[in-house]
Amino acid sequence: MAKQDKPQHTPDTGHEWDGIRELTNPPPRWWMIAFHASWIWCVVYFILYPAIPLVHESTKGILGWTQIKEFKEAVAENAVLKAPLLEKVASMDGQELLTDAGMRNFSESSAKAIFGDNCAGCHGAGGEGAPGLFPSLADDDWLFGGDIDTIIESITDGREGNMPAHMDILSKDEVNQLTDTVIALSEGKATPAQFAQFNEIGCANCHGENAEGGAINDLGSGAANLADGIWRFGSSREDIMRTIRYGVNQDQEEVPETRVAIMPAFGGKLSPEAIKMLAVKVHEFGGGK
Amino acid sequence: MSEENKQGSIEDIYADAAHWHVNTGGETIHAKRMPGRFRNYKWYASILWLLYFIGPYFRWDGQQAIFFDIPHRQFHMFSLTVWPQDIWVLSLVLILLAMTLFGVTAVAGRVWCGYFCFQTVWTDWFTWLEDKIEGNPIQRRKLDAAPWDARKIRLKLFKHTLWMLIAIVTGITFAAYFTDAFDLWHRYLTLDAPLVAWVVLAAFIFGTYVFAGFMREQVCFWLCPYARIQSVMLDKDTELPTYDTKRGEPRGKVRGKESEKRGDCIDCHLCVGVCPTGVDIREGMQEGCISCGMCIDACDSIMDKVNRPRGLIRYASEKEMMGISLPPLFKRPRVIAYSTIFLLAVTGIIYGLSHIPPVELSVVHERQPLFIQMSNGDIHNKYTIKAVNKTLTDMHVKLSISDADGVEIVGGSQEVVLQAGRLLPFSVFLSAKPAALKEKKTKIRFILENIGTPAVKIEYKSVFMSPSGS
Repeated sequence: MAKQDKPQHTPDTGHEWDGIRELTNPPPRWWMIAFHASWIWCVVYFILYPAIPLVHESTKGILGWTQIKEFKEAVAENAVLKAPLLEKVASMDGQELLTDAGMRNFSESSAKAIFGDNCAGCHGAGGEGAPGLFPSLADDDWLFGGDIDTIIESITDGREGNMPAHMDILSKDEVNQLTDTVIALSEGKATPAQFAQFNEIGCANCHGENAEGGAINDLGSGAANLADGIWRFGSSREDIMRTIRYGVNQDQEEVPETRVAIMPAFGGKLSPEAIKMLAVKVHEFGGGK
Repeated sequence: MSEENKQGSIEDIYADAAHWHVNTGGETIHAKRMPGRFRNYKWYASILWLLYFIGPYFRWDGQQAIFFDIPHRQFHMFSLTVWPQDIWVLSLVLILLAMTLFGVTAVAGRVWCGYFCFQTVWTDWFTWLEDKIEGNPIQRRKLDAAPWDARKIRLKLFKHTLWMLIAIVTGITFAAYFTDAFDLWHRYLTLDAPLVAWVVLAAFIFGTYVFAGFMREQVCFWLCPYARIQSVMLDKDTELPTYDTKRGEPRGKVRGKESEKRGDCIDCHLCVGVCPTGVDIREGMQEGCISCGMCIDACDSIMDKVNRPRGLIRYASEKEMMGISLPPLFKRPRVIAYSTIFLLAVTGIIYGLSHIPPVELSVVHERQPLFIQMSNGDIHNKYTIKAVNKTLTDMHVKLSISDADGVEIVGGSQEVVLQAGRLLPFSVFLSAKPAALKEKKTKIRFILENIGTPAVKIEYKSVFMSPSGS
């Protein structure tokens, strides 16, 4: 160690290139200490933590640390923090959750992941739905009701709308005329004669006398409001005619072209608290009543 | 180049290398401490570091004046609170500090190292204690070589205890900038501090004790990057501790044969003896020199004794030594460049600090869906509002929109309470009749106003989307 004031007299390794000799000057002491500390650290790390890759897995390390374990611990920690709030959710009903600003915020945030995992596949991340296939949750048009308790019910038990197929009941001309009527209704321009036809065929039984839907929603038919600008199965003439002819949720063996609109029940999959929070989120998409 | 020449030039390198003085820390440098002008300056400069020790205990508005709140990501400095989004000001502060260092180094060399750097300042305190406890360098070397008897154990134990105390206070002080200082002391003393506080403390005790107690000049030689960066900033105009070769050489004893033919240097080696990094300044500027001027004090004291003028070693530039006068500061390109960047940074910092808004607003337009049609035909857009109250008091604010024909907030303007130092996210819906919209994309402005004092009005530009314009 110490000073090397005369490097040309230092022993060398015997390696020499063009007169340049490799000397055996030792590195500074602090550097050697750092060097030894580094490899000792490595060895200790290799013993404590998973490190050496083997054919199928790696060595486990005596601490038994894994990333997934750390993650689960973090989740458990979080669950402890959330527990009192979830208890509060359990003790409150949907309406109370909506009115309490703090709990509403908590429910919305908590339900974000639940919605992403269970609902967004059909209804979209922002509840926008998919035209003709899955209804939007962000507008204020509700087939089964948009108040918080009905939303909870819809999620828990699922929904299956129903509209009979009219292909054997109505002639081609009649379907054509009825399509005109439905379009006129949505624009608010239906004539008394058209209203009469609507009633006569029996549409009003489910869709209501003014075609505003929901007349027998308590029975779960999910009859749509035909008097607004929102279309469950598409607004084109062809779309409307198809819905009239083949109905909704009919036996697919008899009526293969029927519209399929089934909302599965989540009562068995999700806890009642999760469903409540989910309902708050759905309500707060913007169309809640 | 012929074979011989090549061989010759390599021999030259080895011959040169013979003069290299490589200090790898094998031997502890025990520098002599002498009074003097620059010694006093060094004390004055190191007193500045007392600010570091008392800093955490200042109060401002009932809060810790300087408080780096990492968990809440807020830096409090007196009445100023810096949030992560204002951190660009910090980058300007770093540029400012860098330019100060560069500028000072270009003009006056490594005075940062010699007088202000925590490494050399703490080392100076540690060696001062060592000097007081174990005696002068000769006594210290003797003590180091002596066998372990009761006296040696007593002295060493006393010294290391004091070093450790400085290290502990240094560590606690550092940690105190990141949490409530008084509470932290209480927690440390009752052994109730969080793990991270213990880790920080341990790291600082270890760092202070080892770096200032044992590694000392080795840190400057082998660890510190600034030492190397600064070395390339020196030029012929830079003032450095310089040995006046013309006046000093040939060096030799004051009296004796041919003494009148010799230069002023009496080869007493005092300049080497007082050097905290153990360099011989008479060999010229070198990497070990931290510009502290201890050698100047030492040499001046000797020159006084032998009745020769002071300044055989003095702060002087290479040009001055060659008898060329220095250009004025404002004519040196590097000084101009560093000062310009320095001033730009200062301007930016002043602008930044005076324009940090008390409330920050951001509006995110919902993308999925961009818009939604309601059953009465109205178009709704959803926005997530994020409002941050950066002040220390709660604020009652009103959110409204302007500049929008036919677009309005559902339920009228929204009033919310922004809690002090918190971010509040909330959603609003804007609604419009399709007939009122001229284009698919309508420009709107959100306005957030404080209902009370101080008057705050923040705007945020956004758009309202609709399926089609009329």
